[in-house]
Amino acid sequence: MPKNFSLNSNNDKAESSETVLSIEHLYKSFGANKVLVDFNLDLVRGENVVVLGKSGSGKSVLIKCIISLLNPDSGSIRMFGSNIPDIKNDVLDKIRAKVGFLFQSNALYDSMTVRENLEFPLRRHWISVTQRQVNAMVQEALEEVGLAHTIDSMPAELSGGMRKRIALARTLILKPEIILYDEPTTGLDPITAKEIINLMIEIRERYTTTSLIISHDMNCVRMASSRVVMLIDGSCYASGSFDQLANNADPKVKQFFE
Amino acid sequence: MYKLPYKMIASYLPSLNIFLKEAGEIARFTGRFFTQWFKPRYEIAELLRQCFVIGYRSLPLVGLTAFILGLVLTIQLRPSMEDYGVASQLPAIVGIAIIREIGPVIVALIFAGKIGSSIGAELGSMKVTEQIDAMEVSGTNPFKYLVVTRVLAATLMLPVLVLLGDAVSLYGSWLGVNIRGNTSFYLFWTQVFNSITFSDVLPAFIKSYFFGFAVGVVGCYKGFNSNKGTEGVGRSANSAVVVSSVMIFLIDLLAVQVTDVLGLN
Ligand SMILES: Nc1ncnc2c1ncn2[C@@H]1O[C@H](COP(=O)(O)OP(=O)(O)O)[C@@H](O)[C@H]1O
Ligand SMILES: [Mg+2]
Repeated sequence: MPKNFSLNSNNDKAESSETVLSIEHLYKSFGANKVLVDFNLDLVRGENVVVLGKSGSGKSVLIKCIISLLNPDSGSIRMFGSNIPDIKNDVLDKIRAKVGFLFQSNALYDSMTVRENLEFPLRRHWISVTQRQVNAMVQEALEEVGLAHTIDSMPAELSGGMRKRIALARTLILKPEIILYDEPTTGLDPITAKEIINLMIEIRERYTTTSLIISHDMNCVRMASSRVVMLIDGSCYASGSFDQLANNADPKVKQFFE
Repeated sequence: MYKLPYKMIASYLPSLNIFLKEAGEIARFTGRFFTQWFKPRYEIAELLRQCFVIGYRSLPLVGLTAFILGLVLTIQLRPSMEDYGVASQLPAIVGIAIIREIGPVIVALIFAGKIGSSIGAELGSMKVTEQIDAMEVSGTNPFKYLVVTRVLAATLMLPVLVLLGDAVSLYGSWLGVNIRGNTSFYLFWTQVFNSITFSDVLPAFIKSYFFGFAVGVVGCYKGFNSNKGTEGVGRSANSAVVVSSVMIFLIDLLAVQVTDVLGLN
């Protein structure tokens, strides 16, 4: 019976679209601190899922497990036909080239210029790329975020919003199929935050990327999400569209929408 | 009866525990270096850049301190040498002191202060602002790109700096000799080179490699394991200098035992 049921639901999904990221029974703890407890999540191509959770609830741990910056204790993370915790480094690097990661603190290399920052992932992932191609791609990525004139600046000379855009350009430069955003609007003023959200929406439409966005900024959630997943006590507590969750009566869900 | 200050000794026990844990961690980190440095992908460009940065950036400071050291040492030694009636042996004595011991140790300490702290702070801030994570997702092994290159560069550059420091220091010494006496440049160097032997130079040169390695490893270890926050970065830089300075003396102590056993003293 259960087998039949899962088969059916698979068929339903296959009709609409394919699953690009599938997380099952994910556990992660640091000593006695159980951060993720049986977390499950499926991401369908073209979707924009927002994971909503309080700070310290393990959102960053979740996406760091996805990109294998942290090793989960158990559970599977399937992406591009591989189970991420099991694969070897060379395969992992190929997958990482297809997954963009926007860090919460931007993680721009502060000893390098903007140009060198953007060149870094290109040269590292695609060893045989020519200087001409590199220049063109750097230019294109910077134009995408509207900051072509900052190409020779150092990250420290730029404002917080500009640094976030540069970081986004560096993420985009490899044309990733999936982008993971770690709190893209935290620490920005509301207007800049809105600009970043609009940029994220624009990018999704232009490149048809799938995105997993981690946030506790309700503006970001409302504007950017096609589906919202609530991470409470280490697992997926509730999920649905923004409006569905906003009208949910459960007090644990409600507290986010007040 | 004299009583041992048990309470005071006991109060040091927790720090002893921390010290041993830390020593174990640094040993593990060093082990990781040895399992990684010879495997591809080789970060040659970054290694050369680090050699330039680490070696070149330390030159002025090493030169200045070494020069003053040679000059002052000579001036200070002269009265005692005159008392014994061996003032003419000044270049020989200063030469041996600088080449065997003072040159390597002082240059290594300066190096620890300048390079150890800057590696600790640089990697520490890269750690807390997720730059090391960003490197990893960009198809780069951060341990190879950041740690192996810096440790190798520090190991290769310190002996060069020690040689240059020795030379500048002896030049300072020549000036010191000539404040009161009158020794030609040629005579000074002849005296220095006549008094030193291969067994003076070689152990000093070899231990410089170990000093450089220690500074590189400790700086990288401290930076790589920096705690969150800007305060953590400062602490990494600071303890990189303290720990690597202590290590320099420990290595020096070991080296003198080894040369003694080998009959090189
Ligand atoms: N490397 C680590 N070592 C130990 N504990 C960690 C580590 N990373 C995160 N944690 C813990 O995991 C919990 C979740 O952290 P995080 O995912 O960063 O929260 P957030 O949801 O705000 O992004 C926190 O309690 C944090 O202390
Ligand atoms: Mg976080």
